[in-house]
Amino acid sequence: MQNLVEIRDLRVKATTDAGNVLPIIKGVSFDIAPGEIVALIGESGSGKTTIALTLMGHTRKGCEITGGEILLSGQDVVRMTEAQRQAMRGTEVAYVPQSAAAAFNPALRLIDQVVEVAKIHGTMPMAEARAKAIDLFRALALPDPETIGNRYPHQVSGGQLQRLSAAMALIGGPKLVIFDEPTTALDVTTQIEVLRAFKSVMKERGMAGVYVSHDLAVVAQIADRIVVLKGGEVQEIGATAQILHHPAHPYTNELLSAFEPRTFARAADPVAANAQVPVLEVSHVFAGYGPLGADRLPHKLVLKDVGCRLEKGCNLGVIGESGSGKSTLARAIAGLLPPAKGKVLLNGELLEPASAQRSKEDLRRLQIVFQLADTALNPARSIGDILGRPLTFYHGLKGAARQARIAELLEMVRLPRTMMHRLPAELSGGQKQRVNLARALAANPEVILCDEITSALDTVVAAAVIDLLKELQRELDLSYVFISHDLSTVQAICDEVMVMNGGETVETLRARDLPDGARHPYSRLLFDSIPQLDTGWLDRIPARVA
Amino acid sequence: MAVSFPTPRRLGYRLNWTGALAALVVLFWALTAIIGPWFMPHDPGEIVDFDFFGPITDQLWLGSDYLGRDMFSRILMGARYTVGISLAAVVLACASGVILGMTAAVSGGWFDTVLSRLFDALNSIPSKLFGLVMVAAVGSSIPVLILVLAVIYLPGAFRFARALAVNINTMDYVTVARARGERTPYLIMNEILPNMTGPVLADVGLRFVFIVLLLSGLSFLGLGVQPPYADWGSLVRENIGGLPFAAPAVIMPSLAIATLTISVNLLIDNLPTKIRDRSE
Repeated sequence: MQNLVEIRDLRVKATTDAGNVLPIIKGVSFDIAPGEIVALIGESGSGKTTIALTLMGHTRKGCEITGGEILLSGQDVVRMTEAQRQAMRGTEVAYVPQSAAAAFNPALRLIDQVVEVAKIHGTMPMAEARAKAIDLFRALALPDPETIGNRYPHQVSGGQLQRLSAAMALIGGPKLVIFDEPTTALDVTTQIEVLRAFKSVMKERGMAGVYVSHDLAVVAQIADRIVVLKGGEVQEIGATAQILHHPAHPYTNELLSAFEPRTFARAADPVAANAQVPVLEVSHVFAGYGPLGADRLPHKLVLKDVGCRLEKGCNLGVIGESGSGKSTLARAIAGLLPPAKGKVLLNGELLEPASAQRSKEDLRRLQIVFQLADTALNPARSIGDILGRPLTFYHGLKGAARQARIAELLEMVRLPRTMMHRLPAELSGGQKQRVNLARALAANPEVILCDEITSALDTVVAAAVIDLLKELQRELDLSYVFISHDLSTVQAICDEVMVMNGGETVETLRARDLPDGARHPYSRLLFDSIPQLDTGWLDRIPARVA
Repeated sequence: MAVSFPTPRRLGYRLNWTGALAALVVLFWALTAIIGPWFMPHDPGEIVDFDFFGPITDQLWLGSDYLGRDMFSRILMGARYTVGISLAAVVLACASGVILGMTAAVSGGWFDTVLSRLFDALNSIPSKLFGLVMVAAVGSSIPVLILVLAVIYLPGAFRFARALAVNINTMDYVTVARARGERTPYLIMNEILPNMTGPVLADVGLRFVFIVLLLSGLSFLGLGVQPPYADWGSLVRENIGGLPFAAPAVIMPSLAIATLTISVNLLIDNLPTKIRDRSE
């Protein structure tokens, strides 16, 4: 049988702003058979999205295909004219982007955007296109398929929007669909529905697909074959089951081992041994946004009567989906969003609700680290300045003593001391997150609030950051509040896990009892929705009753 | 194509050719403003030519004006007014506007509301009319002119800086600094300002040009620089009658204004990336 896609020795080069030419894709070759779904997997910077985009003859700005060929149904995409490529996009190849929210025009009705491909290519009359779109909505298990198209993008949920963007890609009846991390931005419970819809519609229509992801467990559910990439080169190609169970390449092994849940095991059980005052105690906190109402509570209440305890030297995990209020809890504890009611106690002492009213000493003892190191580090200041400021601010360090302490901090987070002269933009994502952490350490805190600090990192890098956190805890006697949506990271570091939903505490569990010890139906649903490294997992779990 | 200038802090602030050329022109006019009057061949108020709108001769390097005065001397003298007053006014307007704008964005609340509405009100008064009334009431002197021009252009600078600062204020690094307990002066000078230098400098360039133009307008109405002295704007206005004769008296001050304003903007647009936008 002839292959639908044949990629031979593909090479892509990028020109940086400074004029340097870097090879991004270094001679990649693989095939896709008709009706087959091939996953491209790798860390950020591995070139997986770049390869996927070249299938449409597109490269990002500054990049250029410099060699090789991409045969799509026998035609070379690389040597096509731009007009030929345009004719091909949407009808031969279609693209489902990572962020559906950014891909839809907020001012137009959904159906008009979904049928746009048919309109541009003039492949079918509008009435027929609309009927086909409604068929697709039904196939993708969207609620109210007849009328959902009349809504605007902000009137549907994130998971629905992602399925609608798949409908947009499928309307032209392409032979090949490119999925670029379509479920990465979704919650686990939503991800299941979207994956299931994608899988059934692809199988039903016999379309071939390229699924780009960094998540092996997600890929295991949907792909027939997996291409493992690193640094623009193919490491290993194989059937999904083979890659998962008998990986041949050491890098694939590394990826798989970063995925295995590692439960945090301590010699003694500090939770039970500790009867003293908890280092951080939150009780009956109500917080939210907007003006205060008659009941002295904010108009839009996010946290409803939330409480938690953190013993000294222990770690508390807070887990929940987006909108569960877990980040708001961190902001309320840090005083960035003063709670309307309730108490926050540090070492048994009551903290003022707003950070502006707290003493410098209280502020020093409680530090917060944010998720996105890109936005948490001032791009205009050098790493040395960023780390030096809390030293001067809290400890009054100056001159040589300050320089020495900056070097020490960089060493603590395993970064070379020469890094202090660099700007944040010159660092990789993992390095930035380490600097972000070092800034919190500069204060010599007792409690660090970690708000999704590993979510934006690749699995291997995230695992290294978690190891670093554990080491620092041993050395510096820290306690962490670890907020995440990812159960495996929480399990890897926490003693106790608090499950949140809709701004309320669902239940608090010992980490070693996870995930089977969950009793509340919501926690069970949450834990069951986490994809497993197992090809049959998606088909086994029962559909969620919406 | 780029030239490097050895700078004390670090060798290698690179300026491209356009920027270097613009810097030279700006430097030239700045020097002229400072030392020019010592090189005036004639008194700027003295009638030295029997003809008006005279051509370029070896006596009168840039011809003569509508009364037969030496244009070269008058342009040298005008440089001091135009460059000096405009520069002082633009620095005053932008510095206070940017600082107030950032403070308003960071503190929010009533401070922001009161300041914003106040400047909106100020903005609603036509700038020429406001200048006219103010100068007519207080009397024309150079400090008054600088102050009036600064006040007229302050609300714009405030709005611009506030709009930029509001966006930067929501970034996590500002939140981190706030959680650390930093006060407003640190927040605006160290966390916010370095991330908006590029757009703010561009705004300074644009505002400089507006001020040069408004100053000429005021001078034309007799409220700016008082005769026999004149800034470049008034030189153009008073010699506009020479236009049909292609007199150098009208071309030369126009060229002076054009070179200065264009160079200021080109210089700012081509500043080394390290100064303009460190984050890039």
